Amino acid sequence: MESKKKQSAWITKLAGNRIIIPIVALLLLVIFNLIMDPSFFKINVGYNSAGNPILSGYLMTILDCGSELVILAIGMTLVTAATGGQDISVGAAIAISGSVILRVLCGTNSRPETLQAPIIVAFLISCIVAMLFGAFNGVLVAFFKIQPMVATLILFTAGRSIAAWINNNELPIISEPSFGYFGGFIPGIPIPTPIFIAGVCIIIIALVLKFTNLGFYTQAVGINESSSRLNGLNPTFVKFLSFVILGLCVAVVGLIKVSRISSINYSVIAKDIEMDAILAVALGGNSLSGGKFNMTASILGAYVIQFLTTTLYKFDVKSDALSAYKAVVVILLVVLSAPVVREWFAKLWKNIKAFIAPKKEAEAK
Amino acid sequence: MKKKLGKMTDTNLLLTITIVVFFALYIGAMIFQGKGFLKPQTFFNILNGNAALIILACGMSLVMITGGIDISVGGVTALVSMCCAVYLDYHGGSVLGSIMIALGIGLAFGIVQGFLISYLDIQPFIVTLAGMFFARGMTTIVNTNPFNVANEDFVALKETRLVIPFLGSVNKLGKYVNAYIEIGVVVALLIVVILFVVLKWTKLGRKFYALGGNAQSALMLGINVKRTKFISYVICGLLAGIGGYVYFLHVGSGSASHASGAEMDAIASSIIGGTMLTGGVGNIIGTLFGVLSLSTIQNIVSSAGLGEAWWTGITNASMLCMFLVVQSLVIARKKKALKNQEMM
Repeated sequence: MESKKKQSAWITKLAGNRIIIPIVALLLLVIFNLIMDPSFFKINVGYNSAGNPILSGYLMTILDCGSELVILAIGMTLVTAATGGQDISVGAAIAISGSVILRVLCGTNSRPETLQAPIIVAFLISCIVAMLFGAFNGVLVAFFKIQPMVATLILFTAGRSIAAWINNNELPIISEPSFGYFGGFIPGIPIPTPIFIAGVCIIIIALVLKFTNLGFYTQAVGINESSSRLNGLNPTFVKFLSFVILGLCVAVVGLIKVSRISSINYSVIAKDIEMDAILAVALGGNSLSGGKFNMTASILGAYVIQFLTTTLYKFDVKSDALSAYKAVVVILLVVLSAPVVREWFAKLWKNIKAFIAPKKEAEAK
Repeated sequence: MKKKLGKMTDTNLLLTITIVVFFALYIGAMIFQGKGFLKPQTFFNILNGNAALIILACGMSLVMITGGIDISVGGVTALVSMCCAVYLDYHGGSVLGSIMIALGIGLAFGIVQGFLISYLDIQPFIVTLAGMFFARGMTTIVNTNPFNVANEDFVALKETRLVIPFLGSVNKLGKYVNAYIEIGVVVALLIVVILFVVLKWTKLGRKFYALGGNAQSALMLGINVKRTKFISYVICGLLAGIGGYVYFLHVGSGSASHASGAEMDAIASSIIGGTMLTGGVGNIIGTLFGVLSLSTIQNIVSSAGLGEAWWTGITNASMLCMFLVVQSLVIARKKKALKNQEMM
């Protein structure tokens, strides 16, 4: 009897936890794929054109392509928690940081034989630029008190134009193979590099959240700005900082994105990624109006979205039509996790229990 | 003067700024660029090209006044134009039928999104984001390739032009050409007037402002908050349907890439027009001027020879940035004034 009680308490505790939403979504997707085609989970060892061993398969694709989303979701979670709004300019900012990397690497020539600067220098410069643009958003939100979605609308409108302007609207192509390592494979290592980059980012943010007060402060500011100020925090700075951190995440994603194709397409690169990143945060069960957040759930949410995308691609859904299916799934998930609907289900469950229980009692008698 | 400014409400002050900026822009363009801007037809062309955006922005302002947001309007526009195009060309439909389809799609989106947002209490951003994804995806499912509509009745309606007397100009060949506007402009202006009246002088309109200003106190005043919110999204959806049809009437084709970014343009116009995303502040006339200012800037940029595509994005963004900062300064000033009053 007692163990049963314990068990039910455990279930209620888990159901109350936010991480349940991405886990359930992931399980549903896994079961669906297992039933439709078990070979979905097979991982093959193959060789790429350079003769290096690589791992391929749908699972690898999910982990590989999900990396960008995971890195963005980390920054987006912090911004969402601190400001109660979202940054919709990340796609445009990725275009800018990618453009900066190419500009530094290429110098004045758009088809360089050799790199004009070491890759690390280009990356650091793009980090600074992306953080500056993050700081611009941060200033608008934190100092001028403009809603984040509106403030970032500015960069959203201008970002891709600025990216094109940085390279004089040319499309530089980098022939140096070592540049492709960041978005592809390092020779000898069969696992795609973006997975490692995402892993490093996850470890860094985990350490930061564990050993600093960043997470604590962010939540405090998100829950109640004025009371956190009365407690000696500086809400303006915390909000500003969250945008700068997102800027850093954007620079990392920008590096992966341009490295994947060794070039850039200003209007297509990272298109609609802001929507996916926000969805990842929402799927993680985090309130989009700020406050408490769960980083693990957000990261899991990002992988769930990539899982969904890959599953849809597998069933020959055209990339243009993809969004319609995604929307239906998202709406279903959001509706099921809405407090009103949950309450309604709880009531229904109670009624069913009440309906069954008296019968049992009667039988016992 | 300062006293007067202090007495103005937020809505009126922001509206005045918007109108002044628009006229300053237009008159500045007339003085410094002359040529095109002196012709009345340039102004009417701005109207013709932006009739759909005016309608979309009106719906957006309405939702923003209640404190929400609807980013599905661009997607709905594309879906409406594609569905109507397919219906007219492949199924031999009538013009009236296509209008019904447009209204139906808009209403359906409005009702579903409104229900999810107001009665199930889901964040409007997420719901309408999904709505946008769904509409864009459905557009490509309905038909992938863009095509022009050849239906005769429709083309006749598309070509219908209302001549405006006395404002024509002499063209390069020395021939007098009358100034004209398209039917969409009439529809758009009609909607602006209707919405203005509704917001200003009806119970429903005041409810929208009350809800956006403070949902909690609106509830205590006995306003049915959920239903009011629901109605605002339904109206916005319906306007997206109408705007979609007007857009379709202007371009005369169906394509999945139609009206891309229209939702952001609509939001930007509303903000420039003095509507605040926090809700409770806004004016439809301001929205009209917001659209006009935005497109006037684009016209100035393109006629100044800065043809490169990136200039439009950058000028739009800097204008938006300017207005946002002005708005935030206005609020800060208000708060300060209130504080001073309390101190006294």
